[in-house]
Amino acid sequence: MTWVSFFQQIMNGVSLGSLYALLAIGYTLVYGILGFINFAHGDVFMLGAYFSFFMIGVFLLPWWLGVIIGVALCAIVGMSIERIAYRPLRDAPRISALITAVGVSFFIENLGLVTVGARPKGFPRPELMKNVYILAGARIQGVTFWVPIISVSVLLVLLYLVYRTKMGMAMRAVSKDMETTRLMGVDIDRIILYTFALGSALAGIGGVLWACKYPQINPLMGTFPGWKAFTAAVVGGIGNVVGAMVGGFIIGLTEIMIVAFFPGLSGYRDAFVFTILIIFLLVKPSGILGETLKEKV
Amino acid sequence: MGREEKRDLILTLLLFAVLMLGVSLAERYLNTYLIRILNTACIYVVAAVAYNLINGITGQFSLGPNGFMAIGGYTVAILMLPLVQKEQVYFLQPLIWPFNSFSFPSHLFLLALFLGGLAAALAALLIGIPTLRLRGDYLAIATFGFGEIINVLANNFIPLTNGALGIKGIPEYTNLWWTVNWAFWSVFMIKGLVNSSFGRALKAIRENEVAAEAMGVNLFRHKLLSFVLSGFFAGVAGGLFVTLISTVSPSLFTFTMTFNLLIIIVLGGLGSITGSVVTAFIFAFLQEILREVEAPITIGAWTFPGIPGMRMVVFSVLLVVMMIFYRRGLFGDKEISWQLIIDRIKGRNESEK
Repeated sequence: MTWVSFFQQIMNGVSLGSLYALLAIGYTLVYGILGFINFAHGDVFMLGAYFSFFMIGVFLLPWWLGVIIGVALCAIVGMSIERIAYRPLRDAPRISALITAVGVSFFIENLGLVTVGARPKGFPRPELMKNVYILAGARIQGVTFWVPIISVSVLLVLLYLVYRTKMGMAMRAVSKDMETTRLMGVDIDRIILYTFALGSALAGIGGVLWACKYPQINPLMGTFPGWKAFTAAVVGGIGNVVGAMVGGFIIGLTEIMIVAFFPGLSGYRDAFVFTILIIFLLVKPSGILGETLKEKV
Repeated sequence: MGREEKRDLILTLLLFAVLMLGVSLAERYLNTYLIRILNTACIYVVAAVAYNLINGITGQFSLGPNGFMAIGGYTVAILMLPLVQKEQVYFLQPLIWPFNSFSFPSHLFLLALFLGGLAAALAALLIGIPTLRLRGDYLAIATFGFGEIINVLANNFIPLTNGALGIKGIPEYTNLWWTVNWAFWSVFMIKGLVNSSFGRALKAIRENEVAAEAMGVNLFRHKLLSFVLSGFFAGVAGGLFVTLISTVSPSLFTFTMTFNLLIIIVLGGLGSITGSVVTAFIFAFLQEILREVEAPITIGAWTFPGIPGMRMVVFSVLLVVMMIFYRRGLFGDKEISWQLIIDRIKGRNESEK
């Protein structure tokens, strides 16, 4: 393997990893606050790609506007899911919330299959992503570095929102101790809605960028990235925003590197992530940056 | 054995005799379509009761039954496929040793089913060890991944699974005798287990892990055993399924299968074994009825095109609505017992007087 192609693979890994990171944050935020896996998160990611596809391809909006509307719609969908399906179950046993989440996920996927069909659609990419640049002798397509640049900037904005704003402080407080936060006069329901909006918007951005990288979209495209992103959240330490990002990059880089070094195993690339998950659960279940939680009696 | 227990056992054996009589009548008089639905319903019973053991009784959320069913299904298919058929099916790449050198004759079908179940149980053990030691929902995410990984392996490990083409021409050994017997005995066994001290420990874990541990229940060992047993019966159900429809391919045991089972156990009541039995039958028939919804409908001069896939949309809405408004399901965590039936009959007689 030459240095140039090695560099290209690193770029690929970083760009895939940054997409996993975008998705993983949504999982980790919801898990941190409500304590269950939001299985529908991967499907919101898929919706992000489809909403933008329709805004650009059918309503003929300019690319940037279509994406903004698509991402906003994702945020609305995320808030609606919380309001309609999850809020009534907040005091129910956790298994009920999990089953509901699986139901919501299956609903979105099958509604997608029924309305737009299973056949993949070509995603309209902007010129910016399609241009080919020549860097140190290597031909690099725009997506290869625009995707990580955009997603890393989004991640930085998110870090600012979570660690430097009042809303972010409230979110962190709710995830530490919901009851005490309520007593401090924080409107819990509003914070949770905001969390879902934020997570879903990130998933939407992730979906659009994913579609730029792999421009074939279908209603089931969110399942695997969603599951891998959750694995990334576990690897980084569930509930920890920075951890989710670290986990995302680890999973993305590992996946790309294994395929790059052992091309014969590329059919099994999804199985490696599973192996990483099992290893982490065996060796360090609290994840890289997670705190060990003690259950209170 | 107490008087009531003895009575229950006799009634259960009587029920078994009636069922066997029913099967011999059904085999003779029912049409193949109805028999197919009944077979499917019985296989759903085996899989759903096993699934309820880990999800409903033990309270550990697993999403893996499709993976276990796939393992059981492929194991039975590879063991039972005749040698001639093996050469024809594996034309892309030959089947690996030792499976290319032998094939089970029909009288070893039961053994093949057991081996299919054991293979699935082994997989459950391997997933259970890292995940069930931990608190929280790691089992859900690991089993969900596992189901997908099995699909990946089935598609890619061509010398064993024949890839996306799958395996065709598996002898159709499964009939009502097999399915009804497996359904009956798996319910009998799991219900007996649930009523034992082991089963009570499982329920204690579901209600409160910390309290259960304080009472001296070994959480890990109980969860693991429940999960492995659940994997075993799921594997057997997979084996029955592939020998019913005589083919197996990666698309057979997708997440949809797990979802169907989830609907069944939620509808019947998480934690009610007998509830799952009832809803497995309801579901098998409901699925056939809803098939009509997907077919084109002609009313007068208008023809409405059918929407394939609409069933799953209906089922997923049903699941979410039930979780929000009717979480108990039909039976909650109550079981249909002989005592209950006897009380009902007596109660009705008294009110009639």
